Amino acid sequence: MVSEKRMTHLKQLEAESIYIMREVAAEFSNPVMMYSIGKDSSVMLHLAMKAFAPAKVPFPLLHVDTKWKFHEMIDFRDKRASDLGFKLIVHSNPRGLDMDISPFVHGSKIHTDIMKTEALKQALDAGGYDAIIGGARRDEEKSRAKERIFSFRDKNHRWDPKNQRPELWNIYNTRINKGESVRVFPISNWTELDIWQYIYLENIPIPSLYFAKERPVVEYEGTLIAVDDDRVPDELKKNAKIKKVRFRTLGCYPLTGAIESDADTLPKIIKEMLLSRSSEREGRLIDKDQEGAMEKKKIEGYF
Amino acid sequence: MSSENMRETISDDIEKYLKEHENKSMLRFLTCGSVDDGKSTLIGRLLYDSKTIFEDQLLAAESESKKYGTTGDKIDLALLVDGLQSEREQGITIDVAYRFFSTDKRKYIIADTPGHEQYTRNMVTGASTADVAVILIDARKGILTQTRRHSYIVSLLGIEHVIVAINKMDLVDFDKEVYEKIKSDYEALAKELEIKNRYYIPMSALEGDNVVQKSDKTPWYDGKSLLELLDTVDISKDNKPENFRFPVQYVNRPNLDFRGFCGTIAAGSVSVGDEITVLPSGKTSRVKSIIDAGDISEDKRFVTTQSAKAPMAITLTTEDEIDISRGDMIVHTHNVPRVSNNLKVMIVWMDETPMEVGREYDIKRATTVVTGKVEHINYKVDINTYKREVVDELHLNDIASCRLNLNRAIAADKYKHNRDTGSFIIIDRITNNTVGAGMIVDVARREHDRVIPAEERHYSQAERELNAYIRKHYPEWNCKAI
Repeated sequence: MVSEKRMTHLKQLEAESIYIMREVAAEFSNPVMMYSIGKDSSVMLHLAMKAFAPAKVPFPLLHVDTKWKFHEMIDFRDKRASDLGFKLIVHSNPRGLDMDISPFVHGSKIHTDIMKTEALKQALDAGGYDAIIGGARRDEEKSRAKERIFSFRDKNHRWDPKNQRPELWNIYNTRINKGESVRVFPISNWTELDIWQYIYLENIPIPSLYFAKERPVVEYEGTLIAVDDDRVPDELKKNAKIKKVRFRTLGCYPLTGAIESDADTLPKIIKEMLLSRSSEREGRLIDKDQEGAMEKKKIEGYF
Repeated sequence: MSSENMRETISDDIEKYLKEHENKSMLRFLTCGSVDDGKSTLIGRLLYDSKTIFEDQLLAAESESKKYGTTGDKIDLALLVDGLQSEREQGITIDVAYRFFSTDKRKYIIADTPGHEQYTRNMVTGASTADVAVILIDARKGILTQTRRHSYIVSLLGIEHVIVAINKMDLVDFDKEVYEKIKSDYEALAKELEIKNRYYIPMSALEGDNVVQKSDKTPWYDGKSLLELLDTVDISKDNKPENFRFPVQYVNRPNLDFRGFCGTIAAGSVSVGDEITVLPSGKTSRVKSIIDAGDISEDKRFVTTQSAKAPMAITLTTEDEIDISRGDMIVHTHNVPRVSNNLKVMIVWMDETPMEVGREYDIKRATTVVTGKVEHINYKVDINTYKREVVDELHLNDIASCRLNLNRAIAADKYKHNRDTGSFIIIDRITNNTVGAGMIVDVARREHDRVIPAEERHYSQAERELNAYIRKHYPEWNCKAI
């Protein structure tokens, strides 16, 4: 029997996200879901699996591979694709590959511009997608707090924060002209704690990089980074030390700060998160370039 | 539980903490106030005191306080909240922003909207999903025109709980008389607007009085602090199981053996075996199986349940193979809403280009999209004075009662009975913009929209004779035979 109690907040968030994903599948002809392999992507994939069961996820997943991801992320990605049977599209910027772009040599800004932002535009243009489902959350950063769940982009993938479509109730305007697109954020209303709690509750697989383990790390630009492969410059590599660390976010390993930690289980990670006093994006080097950095990146087409 | 105790539980027994927090409920509220009512300060205070603000964000706010701040050496809490760079430079909030925090009882989503008149559309947007509204009133100024405006929108959007935060009490020496005067003034206003539940709190957002903890500066006040009130206010809706409403969102057909109808239950509940009617076609069947999307896991991709209720996301299958598509509404056969193409509605116009009577727009209601036009503007409401005016077009931020004519009939509920099936957006067919929002006030009966078979009504002998008499002597009336 159905209980008369109100649904818990996680059940409500889950139902809302599923509604949003179904709305995309029903209203767009060529949708795609961004897949970045991290915890938020893992939750999104899980929600999509639920939304369309017993059918498979009806849209492909797109991974923009900068070629500087942790190697474990790539293994995890391929395993998930074969376990769940979704269609996976991987794109890397050929221009960047030719230039041999490296965060160590070219810096985080150029690396991100070419291997992420430009690569994303290429992949979206090539796919001709009309809806792109992303895993951004409103609690992540101040400029995200104002973004719609269905966020309109013009032909050049640009976001106009001052001219957003009003979004009321749970009625989403999915109308666009040819060449335009909508970015859809089904987990907008989830917080970092919600994500972790849901992963714990639903037993969702995530890469082991989130869990503390002894790993070779070195200090780079004031942050501890992993020595994930041989491309780490020798002058850094020689100072590498083995430390028990984990990662709060996953991205390009030279740009992802490791934190020293003993949290090797989900409850311990959640405990650490609740007791820590720095926000999640702290570990991401790209946000600190300049004040209002994220807002500028988003206007240019970054997710 | 205080936040200190909460931190202790987290360190001592995280699993226990997680268990407790799995069962939290969610509450969405809207804050209304103008630039100088201290609204951003109040939200900053809630986030800060509930320890939602992290150290790095605090440091960022400190550095920004030096650049844009208005509070001297103290951290400007408002800067924790005001999002976009362009807004910070202007010192105003220009759009709807959503904030999150939680206590051990509830997860909160705040819709933070600006108070300027030209931004009515943002407030309507924020109000559309809110369960509770917090209306800020400056204790020195009392009820202003903008208070009337905010309260009108709150009432129009059907928010049943209004918390009146009488702010800046520190500037009137926490004077009880000031509080009582504003309270009684607001009661009169609330009566006029038929706002169901009102709560009053004397407050200083800047100093933190009665925000999270009860203040010792207001010994005469025996109510709760804002956060205590939010934690305990009963927002459960009267979800009568028999009023089942299921807008079909997506038809799931992975193979020839399975044809499921996906959607989120808008109201009521449904069980396997229930007799159902599909609207507007009127076809009937029975529920064969229900999949609760929440129950699905990677190992179990096909699990069914006996019953489900609003607002669960489910997939239904039916006993008979009947034609059902996106935009249809499935309801209980014994509880069918009106089906009509003629609606009385309240419209909020949200676009720079005025609304024209007779022009065709797309109307999206739940998952249904139809073409429609406003046949007639009954009256426009002045949201400051609540006076009605006769107008022939609607401009940005206008609110009006209209007669809406759709190109085909839909199953409709009144907004006051069901937010999800009684609300719609208006989309411009050329620009694709969302140009308006609407709420169904009434649903007309029209002969050609009838879905209830005529035999359901039993006519008396006298009625039958009257019908025969009319058909015989007044054929030009085109009277139907019963």
